[in-house]
Amino acid sequence: MELSGSEIIIQFLKDEGVEHLFGYPGGAVLHIYDALHNQKDVQHILVRHEQGATHAADGYARATGKPGVCLVTSGPGATNAVTGIATAYMDSIPLVVITGQVPSHAIGSDAFQEVDAVGITRACVKHNFLVKDLNKLAETLKKAFYVATSGRPGPVVVDIPKDITAPHIKIPYVYPKTVEMRSYNPNVKGHPRQMKRAVDLLLSAKRPMIYSGGGVIMSEASNELRKFVRKLGYPITQTLMGLGAFPGTDPQFIGMLGMHGTYESNMAMHDCDVLIAIGARFDDRITGVTSTFCPYAQVIHIDIDPASISKTINADIPIVGDVKDVLTAMNKLLDKPELPIDKPALEAWWNKIKSWQGQKSYEYETKSGLIQPQAAVEELYKVTGGDAFITSDVGQHQMFAAQFYPFDEPRRWINSGGLGTMGFGLPAAMGVKLAFPDKDVACVTGEGSIQMCIQELSTCLQYNTPVKIINLNNRYLGMVRQWQEFFYEKRYSHVYMDSLPDFVKLAEAYGHIGIRVDDPKDLHDAMKEAFALKDKTVFLDIITDQEANVYPMISSGKAHNEMDISPLQQKIQADMKARGETV
Amino acid sequence: MRHIISLLVENESGALSRISGLFSARGYNIESLTVATTEDVTLSRMTIVTAGSDRVIEQINKQLNKLVDVVKLQDFTEGNFIEREMMFVKVKAQGEGQRSEIKRLSDIFRARIIDVTDTTFCIELTGSGDKLDAYINSLHETSVIEVVRSGSMGILRGEKALTL
Repeated sequence: MELSGSEIIIQFLKDEGVEHLFGYPGGAVLHIYDALHNQKDVQHILVRHEQGATHAADGYARATGKPGVCLVTSGPGATNAVTGIATAYMDSIPLVVITGQVPSHAIGSDAFQEVDAVGITRACVKHNFLVKDLNKLAETLKKAFYVATSGRPGPVVVDIPKDITAPHIKIPYVYPKTVEMRSYNPNVKGHPRQMKRAVDLLLSAKRPMIYSGGGVIMSEASNELRKFVRKLGYPITQTLMGLGAFPGTDPQFIGMLGMHGTYESNMAMHDCDVLIAIGARFDDRITGVTSTFCPYAQVIHIDIDPASISKTINADIPIVGDVKDVLTAMNKLLDKPELPIDKPALEAWWNKIKSWQGQKSYEYETKSGLIQPQAAVEELYKVTGGDAFITSDVGQHQMFAAQFYPFDEPRRWINSGGLGTMGFGLPAAMGVKLAFPDKDVACVTGEGSIQMCIQELSTCLQYNTPVKIINLNNRYLGMVRQWQEFFYEKRYSHVYMDSLPDFVKLAEAYGHIGIRVDDPKDLHDAMKEAFALKDKTVFLDIITDQEANVYPMISSGKAHNEMDISPLQQKIQADMKARGETV
Repeated sequence: MRHIISLLVENESGALSRISGLFSARGYNIESLTVATTEDVTLSRMTIVTAGSDRVIEQINKQLNKLVDVVKLQDFTEGNFIEREMMFVKVKAQGEGQRSEIKRLSDIFRARIIDVTDTTFCIELTGSGDKLDAYINSLHETSVIEVVRSGSMGILRGEKALTL
């Protein structure tokens, strides 16, 4: 088969099984867009901004486990994509981003719409390529998909000069089924001796903790994790990125940990004597100040990326490998009728945890006539039966969604955890809806975040992706306001969103349904209505209490046992103390 | 502590900037970095001299290994290796006294004078960094016009080798 470079790209995507391509045309990719015309195997989604393309592909990848694919033009097309690429990089999401480049002969001449895309993206990709030879195009694309999806996944950029895609130059094409790279061989199998040592240490624990992260979801190891945790009977906490790998409604799950994790999770982290980290990387939002992190614990760390091990927290037993492989092997070691667990110690540990749980760290105060943002998320949970895909933006609403929507399945909770990219939620929801058209998909957002990629409402109409936008509208950049309240004596510097658009009218202008709710009494019906409108994108503008805060909170420089707790929990603790109980 | 790390990397455009970019992005030190192709034109050999705490050095090694263009890497510091650096020094050499003094010094250090004018010498010297420092220090500071140093290269002693 003789094909031009452009035809090779499209044929390769078909052969690779790519169904959706998120992109935006421009001069440098015109030949490729011509090849996209009049074919039906790869559906192109025309976004309204390249950032939207990368986030949509990212959401698609997070929900499906398949790589997300983007096509953008040179110059501003590439630079607009950078935020989305960096977002995927921080959360280890497999993306392949094809960027057009000016013709080879013009590279370096400051040509129209020329940027050094490979140079600009270098710091936020797993790897990138500049295709200099048409004969290497298919192989390079295969390498890009291989690198993006194997080992610790991540985004890969393929920069393709326009002359490589010229329609009149055709070469033979054969789909490269596999590719060899001598410099890239990710290790997936854990070391048997290390795994044995880890199991022995775990079984000797008196106050064990299991802390799992996004790596479990990446490696599709949810079932292995469930088996592992249930066999041991130990408490498990999960990171923001790991939610859903172990069921959020299971009694062994004691809540998310870290900056806005539950009281019980953070206290248990502080007091545990053996900690096993599974596909988690000890991010600073998890550890708080590292010098006082898990001061009594011996640490086992399973990660596919050797560089993640002992980076911030020293691992006593490091296990480099794919979480699924490692947990499968460790489950085999645990596959005995009776495990030598110190049962009285474990029972005492659970009792301690239950007493912390009794302090109800997530409970929030209600104020008459005001919708609490937490209540809106709880309502969302009720109406969707806990079975929706939830994307979010970044800020208070993100934390409320993570806290109040327990996920029982992996890949349902889709948010920008590492980079913290406002504007992620709506395009990500669009990508999820394309992958799962029959599922409920909601974007929990705020009036700040949603405006960072609101133009994608237009894409939602064009491609009929009826997502529900749950806008927790407090007229403030809530998380920044909370920090200013706590740490800057309520000097609310530039966090008030004056002159907000009328979101209902805005939704209508984009051809969608807008519903505003400002009375707690109407919340349930509005939410029900939004999800009853199956084939409509609905913008639910929920006017919430302006001063609601996210609790608990570990301030910077503080340890896990030094959380700021809610006024309600403070009262509970005071009552406990009055009764002579330890808190 | 000072470490000398030797790498085999794909001889591709951009490989060098990936490596130097890693050091700047993560705030690691580079004392010196040398690179050139090997007998296999698809591979470049790189020697990096860096310094940091054990934790930082461990991260540097791991992060370098993680780069897709890095084929093989070895931290020589723990092992038995030879390290050499090359230097050119251009010095003022005027009058019989000064010229013979420089020649005498160069003999002591086994340096070679590789270019001569009426007023200058250009001297080539190979050795450890300390030796090069010692040579420069032995010259009268007003006589040094220009110093060009290659940065260190390293190779393992004995039969061990960093090859594919």
